[in-house]
Amino acid sequence: MSERIGVYVCHCGTNIAGKVNIDEVVRFAEGLAGVELVRDYKFMCSDPGQAMIQKDIEGDLIDRVVVASCSPLMHENTFRKVCERCGVNPYLFTMANIREQCSWVHVDMGDSTAKAKALIAAAVSRTKFLEPLPKREVSINPRTLVIGGGIAGIQAALDLAEAGKEVVLVEREPSIGGHMAKFDKTFPTLDCSACILTPRMVQVGQHPNIKLMTYAELDEVNGYVGNFTVRVRNKARYVDPELCNGCGMCWEKCPGTRVPRKGNVHEKLSLGPTTSIYMPFMQAVPAVPVIDSGTCLYFQKGKCRVCESVCERTAIKYDMEDTFEEFEVGNIIIATGFRTFDPRVIKRYGYGALPNVMTSLDFEIMNCAAGSTSGAILMADGSEPKSIGIVHCVGSRDKHYNEHCSRVCCMYALKYAHLIKEKTNAEVFDFYIDMRCFGKGYEEFYDRLLGEDVRFVRGKVAEVSNVPVNVVEEGKLVISVEDTLVGVVRRVPVDMVVLCTGLESSVGLAEVATMCNVSVGKDGFIIEKHPKLGPVSTATDGVFIAGACQSPKDIPDTVAQASAASSAVLSMITRGTIEIESATAEINEKKCSGCRICNNLCPYLAITFDREKGVSVINEALCKGCGTCVAACPSNAIKAKHFANEQIFAEIEGLLSV
Amino acid sequence: MLEKDVVYESTLDHDFLDEIYALPGGQEIKKCIQCGTCSGSCPVGSVMDYAPRKIFSLIRAGFRDEVLSSNTIWFCASCYTCAVRCPKEIKITDVMYALKRLAVKEGKTRGRKAVVLSKNFVKMVNKYGRNHETELMTRYILEAELFNAFHFIPQGWRLFSNGRLPLKPHRMKNLDQLRRILKKVDELGEI
Amino acid sequence: MKYTYYPGCSVGATANLYQDSINVVAPKVGVELEELQDWNCCGATAYMSVKELMSFAISARNLALAEPFHRDVVTPCSACYLVLNKTNHYFAEYPELRKKLGKALEAGGLSYSGNIRVRHLLDVFVNDVGPERLSELATKKLAGLRVAPYYGCQIVRPEEGFDDPDEPESMDRLIEAIGATCVEYPMKAKCCGASLMGTQEKLALKLCRELLANAVRADAHCIVTLCPLCQMNLDVYQPKVNGLFRTKFNIPVIYFTQLIGLSLGIPPRELGLHRLAVKMTKQMKDVLKGA
Repeated sequence: MSERIGVYVCHCGTNIAGKVNIDEVVRFAEGLAGVELVRDYKFMCSDPGQAMIQKDIEGDLIDRVVVASCSPLMHENTFRKVCERCGVNPYLFTMANIREQCSWVHVDMGDSTAKAKALIAAAVSRTKFLEPLPKREVSINPRTLVIGGGIAGIQAALDLAEAGKEVVLVEREPSIGGHMAKFDKTFPTLDCSACILTPRMVQVGQHPNIKLMTYAELDEVNGYVGNFTVRVRNKARYVDPELCNGCGMCWEKCPGTRVPRKGNVHEKLSLGPTTSIYMPFMQAVPAVPVIDSGTCLYFQKGKCRVCESVCERTAIKYDMEDTFEEFEVGNIIIATGFRTFDPRVIKRYGYGALPNVMTSLDFEIMNCAAGSTSGAILMADGSEPKSIGIVHCVGSRDKHYNEHCSRVCCMYALKYAHLIKEKTNAEVFDFYIDMRCFGKGYEEFYDRLLGEDVRFVRGKVAEVSNVPVNVVEEGKLVISVEDTLVGVVRRVPVDMVVLCTGLESSVGLAEVATMCNVSVGKDGFIIEKHPKLGPVSTATDGVFIAGACQSPKDIPDTVAQASAASSAVLSMITRGTIEIESATAEINEKKCSGCRICNNLCPYLAITFDREKGVSVINEALCKGCGTCVAACPSNAIKAKHFANEQIFAEIEGLLSV
Repeated sequence: MLEKDVVYESTLDHDFLDEIYALPGGQEIKKCIQCGTCSGSCPVGSVMDYAPRKIFSLIRAGFRDEVLSSNTIWFCASCYTCAVRCPKEIKITDVMYALKRLAVKEGKTRGRKAVVLSKNFVKMVNKYGRNHETELMTRYILEAELFNAFHFIPQGWRLFSNGRLPLKPHRMKNLDQLRRILKKVDELGEI
Repeated sequence: MKYTYYPGCSVGATANLYQDSINVVAPKVGVELEELQDWNCCGATAYMSVKELMSFAISARNLALAEPFHRDVVTPCSACYLVLNKTNHYFAEYPELRKKLGKALEAGGLSYSGNIRVRHLLDVFVNDVGPERLSELATKKLAGLRVAPYYGCQIVRPEEGFDDPDEPESMDRLIEAIGATCVEYPMKAKCCGASLMGTQEKLALKLCRELLANAVRADAHCIVTLCPLCQMNLDVYQPKVNGLFRTKFNIPVIYFTQLIGLSLGIPPRELGLHRLAVKMTKQMKDVLKGA
């Protein structure tokens, strides 16, 4: 064969060179058939590294390239570009991963050197059989899908819409606003959450470039970067948004109860109406109520129809059904937010069993001026507490539940301490492991609280019980904790306990991730493209992430990431086109028997049947080169370009030759 | 107990942590975040020289003597409350056992009644293959509580008069087999 | 339902009343217990404190003896349950330990492959017999009897077992099934002091006082337990608690098998109830009579 391959071995500083004997590998590669020259360099991805390759190609020393360095995810594109710049087809380049799959995972230098040799031999062997492939470009649909209408989705949607681009914002709840709409104050500045959020919600609702779909869920995503087809399920809200004017007559008259009207203060906590037809909170966007069919008397017992009879606009439609809507978008931003940890599983903290043990979300709702207590901090029996214990790290930093730090709890705990001091005369005990005040103005906020006579105790609460051992503890919730700074165990009797529950990925995130073809880590959050350099993109082109779907985040960080995601999308849209993989499948018409097995197997619906010729045909624009059809074809008529049989066999032979 | 004084690094044993770390169940101790869940959950922490959390920081700093001579390790009742609650899943009770064995090995057990009880228990098992509670209690009282012996009489009587203190031990038959197993362990060396 | 029975050392002595009740109750509820021939002591917590590998080795001998029968090993003692179970778990978890244990057993002509399940007798009553069946069998429902269910430590910790480590409830279901009432007893899984009763008596007595006080505060007629050491501490040392803390506790502490026996109409003497240090109170007897 006449191929002249250049092999370039990267040291990656000491990342590779520290565990792989580079000299030995270079000598080995020099002896491989088809290899014209071998060079090694500290950082192949650097300018001088790239220049080495460029010089060798331009000097007509080589016509194919193997780079042994890191993962293709990292730098395949970098080196393909080098090839392209000097006139070598980028598909005549192979990357051997001797870092992630070799030097980083082996302890013994001999082992990793041997493995590096095998990987390079495989790459060289494969490269001999590579074929040049034509460049493929697709155009980018300027419309964007944003999944999730919390502050992240709102910010991203508004950024894009203000730039003149169309956005579809899908939210599964009846209103946008997310968790932020449930808060009264935000740390550390204590500005009113509603005051800063509501105008943006309204703007989303009114923006001509935003198509807002609330009470709707993502059902299916097909296609690829620039050209996604999305199907959304509109859940039946039983109220026609075109007719409803949000007058409120329906929920004022509704006899059904979604949130129990009887029971204690804590059981009745709610922001919006407690009836079966309801708005989640009064600033809801859209200002259209929903019927909760699970508690609605008409749906449950077949009788009532009160809301229908009082609605002057005849907007109530009991026969409404779920509908599906399909549309096309070029990019997707996932902004599904978080859910809070359910502390019921930590039985020793008593949530659900002991009255007056609350979660942070309960406490937020209670503090909200628009809520059922009008913002008053009350015990279950309606009286004012004289002492409150705030418990940090509930379900966070704990191997039994979530190993991660939820990042926001320390700060919202300080906010609670402040609110309690402001609204009541109660004594506040704050039990923390480490006080993490990392953001702008956060340490200053802690400093302020230290001056407000909050009793800080460094120690993770061991248990909350209602078993008194002395008179003072009678009728109280007793917090057992080691005060680790003093070195004694303390029993602190309080009236109320607030559990600072950690943040987990939202319900259904895994399904959304699967639909959008992105990965979820073991912590349940979406894995970003690169933890440092790609925090808003994912391994799938055209799918971006914003906010707490990536990891627990506070509001400032969420908003920053949302704007970053929308700017990444804008850059794609402005570019107009994007180059995509040329490695598609190809049908040999002579061999195809027309059995059509492949037609239904293709996950991208790229294969159709040509009746006239009696053979299957692949639509190259839709094909992603996944190889499903290749494996399934009984007559061996389909070839995966860039992953052809002879290429794979050569690779395996190379691998085993060492 | 720890004296209040400046502690010089030269007086600390920096290998102590690794020594504990090498023991089965000790692998997680480097991960301790000093949250205090263990001490706060310990039913006997209040009378320990150092509650469990502090034991871990002493181990980390290299206070070998203080740890091995402390009453903490002998007061642990093996209730495992700390172990199931530890957010880092440190097998705290196992660590306590490991410290007990180390203390026994290094002879740091003066005045520790629990050691007398444990050693006599082992004697019982090696002798009969089973524990003989009556003999165990008698031996323990004679060895550790001789001057308090009268103290134990009411409980002993309550058991005896209700037929709950048999005088004859239950022996197992194939004691030889058990001893061969134990001898082999001795050859293999402890873990 | 047939099981390999590992009685443990206590039921032959201080806990013989437990064994009395098991002897009569188990056959009546269809639990066949075949005693493991020539078993040896599990080693308990005391052995572990001196020799670790030896402790695992003697415990493993029992498992090796039981393996050929291919049946679950059932023990009524929480300490035995913990130690045998722990040996089983560590046998699977630590290959180094597994190897050494293998060699040690070999010296005794034995082998163990790790295929035996170790269970507490309570587990068998709850999950194999079940509350429904017990309810059917209970000819004498214990209506009106207020019971403080006490689990102690080593049946619910440290391995993930059949119940919650902080708030177990499996025995509660049995007690309710035979007509008695479980009082709210938040101390149900707290420590009684175990063997510290021998070495640190005051400390253990203090722990027992809390357990007794909370049962009395909840108006319980008796405490029901499943562990020989818990029973002995709370029963035999109850007068001593009274002496030290000037309390007047007089609450019987009985085994769950004894309680079930009463609901089956078995005479108290056959259940070993006459061996209690704190005898059944008149109040308790009256309730039982009225039931």
